[in-house]
Amino acid sequence: MDLKTLTYLVVGASFVLYIAIAIWAKAASTGEFYVAGKGVHPVLNGMATGADWMSAASFISMAGLIAFLGYGGSVYLMGWTGGYVLLAMLLAPYLRKYGKFTVPEFIGDRYYSSAARIVAVVCLIFISFTYVAGQMRGVGIVFARFLEVDLVTGLLIGMGIVFIYAVLGGMKGVTYTQVAQYCVLILAYTVPAVFIAFQLTGNPLPQLAFGSTVSEGNAGGGTYMLDALNKIVLDLGFLEYTAGGKSMIDIFAITAALMVGTAGLPHVIVRFFTVPNVKDARSSAGWALVFIALLYTVAPAVGAMARYNLTTTIQTGEVGSPDGNLAVADVPEWMTRWQSTGLIDWDDVNGDGHIQYYNHKTAKGQELEAQYGWKHSDKPKFSGELMVDNDIMVLANPEIAKLPNWVIALVAAGGIAAALSTAAGLLLVISSSISHDLLKGVMIPDMSEKAELLAGRIGAAVAIIIAGYLGANPPGFVAQVVAFAFGLAASSLFPVIIMGIFSKKINREGAIAGMLTGLVFTMGYILYFKGVFITPMAENIPANWLFGISPEGIGFVGMILNFAVAFAVSKVTGEPPEHIQNLVEDIRTPRGSGIAHDH
Amino acid sequence: MSDPNKSGVAYWKATLKLIMTCLVVWFIASFGLGILLVEPMNSIQIAGFHMGFWFAQQGSIYVFLVLIFYYAWKMNKLDEEFDVQED
Repeated sequence: MDLKTLTYLVVGASFVLYIAIAIWAKAASTGEFYVAGKGVHPVLNGMATGADWMSAASFISMAGLIAFLGYGGSVYLMGWTGGYVLLAMLLAPYLRKYGKFTVPEFIGDRYYSSAARIVAVVCLIFISFTYVAGQMRGVGIVFARFLEVDLVTGLLIGMGIVFIYAVLGGMKGVTYTQVAQYCVLILAYTVPAVFIAFQLTGNPLPQLAFGSTVSEGNAGGGTYMLDALNKIVLDLGFLEYTAGGKSMIDIFAITAALMVGTAGLPHVIVRFFTVPNVKDARSSAGWALVFIALLYTVAPAVGAMARYNLTTTIQTGEVGSPDGNLAVADVPEWMTRWQSTGLIDWDDVNGDGHIQYYNHKTAKGQELEAQYGWKHSDKPKFSGELMVDNDIMVLANPEIAKLPNWVIALVAAGGIAAALSTAAGLLLVISSSISHDLLKGVMIPDMSEKAELLAGRIGAAVAIIIAGYLGANPPGFVAQVVAFAFGLAASSLFPVIIMGIFSKKINREGAIAGMLTGLVFTMGYILYFKGVFITPMAENIPANWLFGISPEGIGFVGMILNFAVAFAVSKVTGEPPEHIQNLVEDIRTPRGSGIAHDH
Repeated sequence: MSDPNKSGVAYWKATLKLIMTCLVVWFIASFGLGILLVEPMNSIQIAGFHMGFWFAQQGSIYVFLVLIFYYAWKMNKLDEEFDVQED
């Protein structure tokens, strides 16, 4: 069977599975629509959280990003896992005990203020749409590359699938499809990684393989892979793989902002509203991290191995020797196949019949050019005579490792599963914040449950259409706004939730002032350097940054400002009313979580 | 417990102590060994891994995992000890 038919079959089968689950798990009440009736087993919830959390970016782009950043890529690994420790200990059990439906609802109740609730809804919608646009784009791209349909058709199919199970099934449908999607995506990610690890080092466990020696028969056989990789990238003028890169303070701030941002993302937090009790909320965060760690500990191995394979494919022998580089006539088949997608390209500028891959921007690279007559291409993203996009590291992995066609088909289904599961989770928090927080909570408090459920479904449908539109016509800033989503979550939502639980003294005025300060500062800083809607006001380079912290890490500073302002303002404006202090007291102890709250 | 308020205060104190202990470990495993001390840690090599690099890309994640399950187990014990567990 040819690859295309096989891919259609595998992806099609996964869709049938998702839709079957959606029909089985149709939501009948608002409780089921918003929080799956609070009846999800903690292990299954952990799995669903994993799928919810791991987006198209985690699946397709992260390993490639790490491959080119080396040690600098650690910020994503630590940042996007360490947040779960905060979530498990500081948020999940308490918000589960509080026992309602949405994050803005908690903020509104704890700070006895509709204004605080509305500010939270605005943050939530901005964060979630930013994120979802990238997911829809991911769906479209996977369709376009593997199934050879155009981007818009791919998007429409993706929207249709999400529409069926998010609108029909609500949180209940989304939860159980996410469980299935997790299985698809983790299989698709780890199978090629295991094969590559075994081929390169003889150790099938990727987590250990990248610390092992390269097997004889491969380039650099007998030495530790990371040592061999360090040596060759240094020889070619790149940064050392296992050290260096960004400044220490920037790595610190970015890691902290990503951790705190993770713990403040509404679509992640809300997953812990779906388990039966406080005890389950605690362990479920642990299970979520188990399932996430399965991918996140494999990703750095995939990154390092892919970088090694790529570099030794091009630099086949001694640097500078006439036959030390891949001949243009000998490029492997996968390179030719992926050239048409624009993810990899080469240009024999110096006309020696070979491809050189080196960093021409460094002194070392210029030395190589002077010494061996190498010449670099001036086209964007080229290093020497080669251009490689981050994304190819995962997408082309099965072909680089010469794996059978069914593995390639599986990777396509995995990429789509990762994008769809995250998109659905995001769309759901958007729709529930509109129907539950804005309509029912603020505008039409006497709305019937049936009407609210319908509003939730319409909200989800409208959100899908907007997300699809953003996916098809991405505003130029999609790639840049990831910093936005995490920065905003870290500097606005996370601190007010934490203070709402761990302090009885923070009042309405303090919370609103804190949220707005964090929000305005973080947004302002990112706009100043990245200029999302405006032209940047200063060049985005370390010399211009505050304390040397890049826009990606500034949410950490925003968070500190939020805490400081909230404490100061609360200090001068008096304590919150007694019933609020009692509410805080109540959410701190698990007893009574099973009692039905009236909604 | 005779005085529910008093046991509530003691429960909360014990909870905060546990969280602080866990967060100190959390900080050391990631920000400490993987970032602030990455250079001295990198001079230690086990198999093909420089330890600073390993903590930043592998070790910290394993520590996080153990921490959450330890916390969950310990909290459940505290709930029972102070008689505030779910009914």
